[in-house]
Amino acid sequence: MSKYKTYRWDKPKLSYLLEHKTLWTALILFALCIAGAILSTGIGSQFIAPLDVIKSIIGKGSAMHDVIVLKLRLPRIVIALLVGAALASAGAVLQGLIRNPLASPDVTGITEGASLGTVLFLFFLGGHVSVHWMPVAAILGAYGVTVILYLLAWKNGASPLRMVLIGTGLSAAFKSISYMFIIASPYFLANRAMTFMTGSIYGSSWVKDVYTLLPWLIVLLPATWLMARHVNVQALGDEVAGSAGANVQKHRLILLLLSVSLAGAAIAIGGAIAFIGLMAPHMARKLVGSSFGGLLPVSALIGALLLLISDLVARTVFAPLDIPAGVFTAAIGAPFFLYMLYRHRNQ
Amino acid sequence: MRLTGLILSLLLLGAAIIGSIAFGITDIPIATVFQAIFHYQPSNQEHLIIQTARVPRALIAAAAGASLAVAGALMQVVTRNPIASPSVFGVNSGASFMVVVASGWLGINGMQPLTLLALLGAAISGAIVFVLGSMGRDGMTPVKITLAGASIAAFFAALTQGFMLSSGKMFDQVLVWLVGSVAGRDMHMLVSVLPYMIAGLLIALSISRHLNVLGMGDDIAQTLGQRTAYVKWMASAAVILLAGASVAVAGPIAFVGIIIPHIVRYFVGADYRWIVPYSAVLGGVLLVAADIGSRYIAMPREVPVGVMTAVIGVPFFVYIARKGRQTT
Repeated sequence: MSKYKTYRWDKPKLSYLLEHKTLWTALILFALCIAGAILSTGIGSQFIAPLDVIKSIIGKGSAMHDVIVLKLRLPRIVIALLVGAALASAGAVLQGLIRNPLASPDVTGITEGASLGTVLFLFFLGGHVSVHWMPVAAILGAYGVTVILYLLAWKNGASPLRMVLIGTGLSAAFKSISYMFIIASPYFLANRAMTFMTGSIYGSSWVKDVYTLLPWLIVLLPATWLMARHVNVQALGDEVAGSAGANVQKHRLILLLLSVSLAGAAIAIGGAIAFIGLMAPHMARKLVGSSFGGLLPVSALIGALLLLISDLVARTVFAPLDIPAGVFTAAIGAPFFLYMLYRHRNQ
Repeated sequence: MRLTGLILSLLLLGAAIIGSIAFGITDIPIATVFQAIFHYQPSNQEHLIIQTARVPRALIAAAAGASLAVAGALMQVVTRNPIASPSVFGVNSGASFMVVVASGWLGINGMQPLTLLALLGAAISGAIVFVLGSMGRDGMTPVKITLAGASIAAFFAALTQGFMLSSGKMFDQVLVWLVGSVAGRDMHMLVSVLPYMIAGLLIALSISRHLNVLGMGDDIAQTLGQRTAYVKWMASAAVILLAGASVAVAGPIAFVGIIIPHIVRYFVGADYRWIVPYSAVLGGVLLVAADIGSRYIAMPREVPVGVMTAVIGVPFFVYIARKGRQTT
């Protein structure tokens, strides 16, 4: 039996070459996500056994469990999975595009742009316009930063060095502008915006969060996966990719748009949760190698799992305090980032 | 020539400080400003405003601006990186984390212990960034140290926000302070950080001659008989004193440390014996001027001065980053 398995469709014309190992890794991670979600739903101020959680989900639980599981806890778990997956996919694509293992939405300022978009939305339109439009504001902010970053970093092409340097400057500026609006807004809004900038999925609900985020991901995640094979070609460098017949500039633009949209939508709901977009793709690369057909779904699953665990720790270890999940991802993410820096010290 | 320039800059600083005292939500005639300083009458309301609010504010802005600019100049020559500054390298965020934890969580309010903790935070984060940024065969490269600084800054910022959100105390004041502000402070606060700032400035001046040699590169400096490690340690100590003290009094104000040394170098060349004093004076001018501007942008509300410096600083920052790696 060969090491690889090929998947072909005639309509639309698509083919994927997947390693068996990749397939198994993805399946195991998926199972871990499901198991983690069920277990995590049960853990809290009142413990509910995993079996009872499943009973509630399929509609056969007791009334009290139903309220806790379906109304209070499950939306938050689902949001953790979705936001984690979206951030990780965005980071994976960005790293492939910029061809720098340290690129991520946080470092390039995309996160801060989306934050500013959301803060402005809350400040000017909060209460007048439905919160369902918040992802639009966040995505617009993320696009705004990307355009500015690209234009400013462009000098015979956008070099990763310039993108990183200018990205840090931009994120500092956007952050202080966000702070300015937070300071100028009334207390309850300021607290909410501040929580947002740290990244928290506290108090997620079906209608407000899950149903707002889900449509975006249903479109964006498969689209990104379909485009993933172009990342492989892009990673070879512009000349080689061009002679291999790829429309380099067009694909790069589409991929960038997809990555930024994913990050923007995730940030709109989960807030500026840091470092997931950086960590997950690296872990995935360790597991399944750097071919994007397999890397992308595995990254997404790892991202989902990471945020699930981070949120679980953040809300249980310091109970009754509910620490924003973003604090915890930063606390594990920054050392990881520094370790990556150490690993790549000779490049 | 350079001396005349320095005297002119000092005059400019004096004018900026007087302007800062005179202009604001209630404009005060210049004559009254001088009266209030030299013939103070506690019963006069304008004199009261000047003595308790405006004068401390102007002087704190001048002192913090001077400290940050000198710290930036020192960091740029030691790391040989044109965008080095206390904010980019995460030194400010470490200091502010310590201050927020100490005041919000441990309940420490005294200015003296807070300043010491800010210095400690600055030293810790600065050391981490410095060590991580200089790992590897090719030593300290701009991209490595910038990434290390950015991630340390993000790390401490997230922890700081977490503490603020979970304690909920003094949310408003801390928030304004976190962006960087010089409003609403009294003379007492300045007095307690001033010794550290002066010590840092004196160290910077005393090693400025050696910095010229260090700027040529480690190899050349060592060949010329310089103890480079000693100079670097002294410079680091000065950076920590200056950045930590200014964070303790004014919060983590960004970009002053990047902008000023570049402007100064444009005027006086690469001689650190002049760069250090010029940076101090012009850093003060910039922050005082930015503080005056911050009162007019959203009258009658005030914008924290940290927002002003960020808005002024980013175009400048982008220009430097685009110009590419130029060492000094």
